[in-house]
Amino acid sequence: MASIHLRDVWKRFGATEVIKGVSLDFDDGEFVVLVGPSGCGKSTLLNLVAGLETLSSGTIRIGDKVVDDVPPKDRNIAMVFQSYALYPTKTVRDNITFGMVTRRVPQEVQDDALKEVSELLHIDHLLARKPGQLSGGQRQRVAMGRALVRKPDVFLFDEPLSNLDAKLRIEMRTEIKKLHLRLGQTVVYVTHDQVEAMTLASRIAVMDNGHIRQFADPATIYEEPVDLFVAGFMGSPPMNMLPGVIRRDGAPCVEVANGGAGPIRFPLAADAAAITATEGQKVVLGLRPETIFAAGSRLPGPDRFVFEARVEVIEPTGPDTMLVFAFGDTEVIARVEPDSPATVGEAFRFEVDMAKAKLFDAASGKRLSAPR
Amino acid sequence: MTTSANAGIVRRKGVGAKVGRIVLFTVLGLFCVYYLMPLWVVVVTSLKSLDEIRAGSLLGLPQAPSFAAWGKAWSSACVGVRCDGLAPYVWNSVAMVIPAVALSTFLGAIAGYALTKWRFPGADTIFALMLFGAFIPFQVVLLPMARVLGILDLAGSVLGLVLVHTVYGLAFTTLFFRNFFVGVSNGIVDAAKIDGAGFFSIFFRIMLPMAPPVIVVTVIWQFTQIWNDFLFGVAFTVGDSNPVTVALNNLVATSTGVKEYNVDMAAAVIAALPTLLVYVVAGKYFVRGLAAGAVKG
Repeated sequence: MASIHLRDVWKRFGATEVIKGVSLDFDDGEFVVLVGPSGCGKSTLLNLVAGLETLSSGTIRIGDKVVDDVPPKDRNIAMVFQSYALYPTKTVRDNITFGMVTRRVPQEVQDDALKEVSELLHIDHLLARKPGQLSGGQRQRVAMGRALVRKPDVFLFDEPLSNLDAKLRIEMRTEIKKLHLRLGQTVVYVTHDQVEAMTLASRIAVMDNGHIRQFADPATIYEEPVDLFVAGFMGSPPMNMLPGVIRRDGAPCVEVANGGAGPIRFPLAADAAAITATEGQKVVLGLRPETIFAAGSRLPGPDRFVFEARVEVIEPTGPDTMLVFAFGDTEVIARVEPDSPATVGEAFRFEVDMAKAKLFDAASGKRLSAPR
Repeated sequence: MTTSANAGIVRRKGVGAKVGRIVLFTVLGLFCVYYLMPLWVVVVTSLKSLDEIRAGSLLGLPQAPSFAAWGKAWSSACVGVRCDGLAPYVWNSVAMVIPAVALSTFLGAIAGYALTKWRFPGADTIFALMLFGAFIPFQVVLLPMARVLGILDLAGSVLGLVLVHTVYGLAFTTLFFRNFFVGVSNGIVDAAKIDGAGFFSIFFRIMLPMAPPVIVVTVIWQFTQIWNDFLFGVAFTVGDSNPVTVALNNLVATSTGVKEYNVDMAAAVIAALPTLLVYVVAGKYFVRGLAAGAVKG
């Protein structure tokens, strides 16, 4: 068990800066997910924690020990790789025990640990097989077993589920979460899948281009994103981003251009109205698809705004139906009940919950929030 | 399609297609005969008596096949002034080829592993320079190498020849192993590092067990190169330390009256037999491994 502390961590490959001054603190027993688009440096950051890459500058502590110059084998970590990285010539049994063999752990201890882990992961009937004879899900379990068996302080996961099919991925996701609840070790988990991040994490670090954009618990990341990047990355389908301007000539509102039909004014909710945005300031109005629904389909509430738009595409997903329409050049997705009477090409009455709307400064991309 | 061998190949049918295939296979057959002819002549001649050879049927089967010429070539033919046959020289070659193949393969494996899995600054430059060694004509290095062997006091010995072949084999063996290990996921090495294994532990316990295909390719390649080498053998050994290729040349060139073609031919087959055997036994791995390396490299 250990906490992890990163201070001003930089990583350069030649002239390329991959990690640009990251400082993070992970608590003991926490499940931290590093999430971001491809090439944002999240895997590099994980490799730095693992000791598979050298730091360019900065310092990393695991527990109370500075590990900058400690090789991976002495960090008491275990890692699960995206490719599983099982040893192809070894049996499942030897794959799992290899780490104990190299550390000269007594045979009885090895046998007990192997038994415990293989039963926990339901791979005890596969021990004599080679990785080539296993299915993807089974390989994933063996890779987990290899990590679990040594009871390390810290687990590192590098996109462990991205090679599995959709159904298996959801199963394994739940299992990883159960394992963490049961074992309680610190976990650092890298993924580009924001659903995995939301479901697994106790805290999420959203990365972009070598920087940490936001580090917070999932609800905060989702409901109070610090900027357009975080808002756009988390959530599927993504948040609708409508460029507009602040109007304060009546009730405070955001005016969004709507092609030839003339601008639409979205009235700001009470606390958003207190934002120190000036008349005419360019902003981006962020509306998550689930905050736009068929007018009258939910119980009435404060800060609702009803408008009409012509439906361009209908995408049923089963539990919900996505309606795609446009404001000017901006496509907007609304998530409505599947029995909503929408027809392609016809106008439809939408209702939006403005209390859930987010406002961002168009120039800086930062979220505008009311002073508290 | 009735035969399973034809399954999966869609062909046009008709008279033209049939004629085309007949022509194709005729040409292929002729090429086979053309390439196999010398071997056929060598083998049948070695089984004939001198009288029969003089009678002039070059291609015909021997009337009374006899291994007498083989026995003579092996144990009593004269190579220069020594008349013990090829046997001592075959043993010279064996004593040279086994350590040279083992050493160059082993060192090539470690070099290929280090160049791909323990990347260091300048690794690519070093590999490019080593690759250069594969394209240098060996005549160029004869004189400097002779000097080095002289300084090391290894001139004229089988041991010296082992050194020469090990050094000049490294370019190829490193190339083979590097191209194989490049295709092995780095994740496996990372996993082993986290599992507590070091440089040699990963090499011997993880990487080498994965490498049999490329080991077979390298061993066959090196065995053939070193066994068949004539240039280094003739340049760096003298008399009793000659490898079999040089001895064969001397045997054929030694004339004591009548030219014994059957003995010459038998000696040639004896000298070529080990490489032929290696190809027959392990040839399928050779083709498979070369193709794999080519794709992955």
